[in-house]
Amino acid sequence: MLLSPDEWQIVRLSLRVSGVAVALTLPIAFGLAYLLARGKFPGKILIDALVHLPLVLPPVVTGWLLLIGFGLRGPIGSRLHDWFGLTLIFRWTGAALAAGIMALPLMVRAMRLSIEAVDRRLEGAARTLGASGWRVFWTITVPLALPGVLAGVVLGFARSIGEFGATITFVSNIPGETETLPIAIYAALQVPGSNAIVTRLALISVVLSLGALVISEMLSRRAGAGRGGHVL
Amino acid sequence: MSFEIDVRRRMGPETEIALRFTAGAGLTALFGPSGVGKTSVLAMVAGLLRPDAGHVRVAGETLFDAARGTNVPIARRTAGYVFQDARLFPHFSVRGNLRYGMRRAARPGMSLDEMAAFLGIAALLDRWPRTLSGGEAQRVAIGRALLSGPRFLLMDEPLASLDLTRRGEVMGLIERVRDELGLPILYVSHDRREVDRLAATVVEMG
Repeated sequence: MLLSPDEWQIVRLSLRVSGVAVALTLPIAFGLAYLLARGKFPGKILIDALVHLPLVLPPVVTGWLLLIGFGLRGPIGSRLHDWFGLTLIFRWTGAALAAGIMALPLMVRAMRLSIEAVDRRLEGAARTLGASGWRVFWTITVPLALPGVLAGVVLGFARSIGEFGATITFVSNIPGETETLPIAIYAALQVPGSNAIVTRLALISVVLSLGALVISEMLSRRAGAGRGGHVL
Repeated sequence: MSFEIDVRRRMGPETEIALRFTAGAGLTALFGPSGVGKTSVLAMVAGLLRPDAGHVRVAGETLFDAARGTNVPIARRTAGYVFQDARLFPHFSVRGNLRYGMRRAARPGMSLDEMAAFLGIAALLDRWPRTLSGGEAQRVAIGRALLSGPRFLLMDEPLASLDLTRRGEVMGLIERVRDELGLPILYVSHDRREVDRLAATVVEMG
């Protein structure tokens, strides 16, 4: 199936937005998952609730909050603009921010479960063998939690590439800048007689999502060599 | 003295572990029924569990002393800990498991291949832990502990999960480790015959 230049632009933009969103969210999500799985501190419930907020809020509300916080006059947006010359609103970077925030709870949940499932007695065994806390983390904790990390990446990517509500609220629909696949489909649906366009875009969505699943399954097979195990 | 132990720790509202003993060279057995806290004592010697009070000295070196505020970190206690369930790292091959503690080993000991030959596990080096039998896993665990250059060994019922034939094999191996390597060994068991055969000193608990 050959894509038209417009379709290529939409696919490239969607992949870029989702890729950047997941890549930047990954370390934050892992850190939060580790904190929630292992940490004991007052206010943990609050952090847990905040992390889950994008999952339970209407996406439009999340988008509106982004608009308030990261808009040109917003408390964060104005500083990003003044200090770093970085504008998020109506830009693809803003779409990536929206996608990353919407993906965060799913990524944290998957990673937290797998970190909780790591047998801490194995970490103790590693300590008795002379490993520092840092070495235990990188050679025992992270590898054993890897299936959950991969699951988090797949879920986060799927969520990002399907993100609609928060994105269109925050960065609107600008072809070539913020028009990702779901937004392009929605826009096409508004035009009478565009069934063919919608069908093609929907098919592209299916192919991208399936592709992500297949790639993650292959990665998890490789990571789990000798151990077995699935990502989802 | 190989072991000078005096530890006390509250485990729950109504349970407390308190044990004091000194022991000389060779293998010292902590003997008693299940649930009296033998494993917890080993964990306190290794540093995995912190005593509320008392001290832990091994071969003259103070590893823990509540009164003086001494608490040597686990990684620097150079204990070779053999767990009851072997506790091999599932994501490393047998070779990877054996190698894990080797970077600590300060004094030149056996190489990995010599150790594998000594323990009869040379054929297992490229296998994954989940494919090993209980006896094989336990021998790998002993090798992993020995290759980390320990100054003493802590063994927690290493024979408990094995069937009778494997038990004899691993027991013979422990005797060789005791006699040929000359490391002080603190050995937890609830089996009288095992203790009679292996131990120079027996500390009764419970």
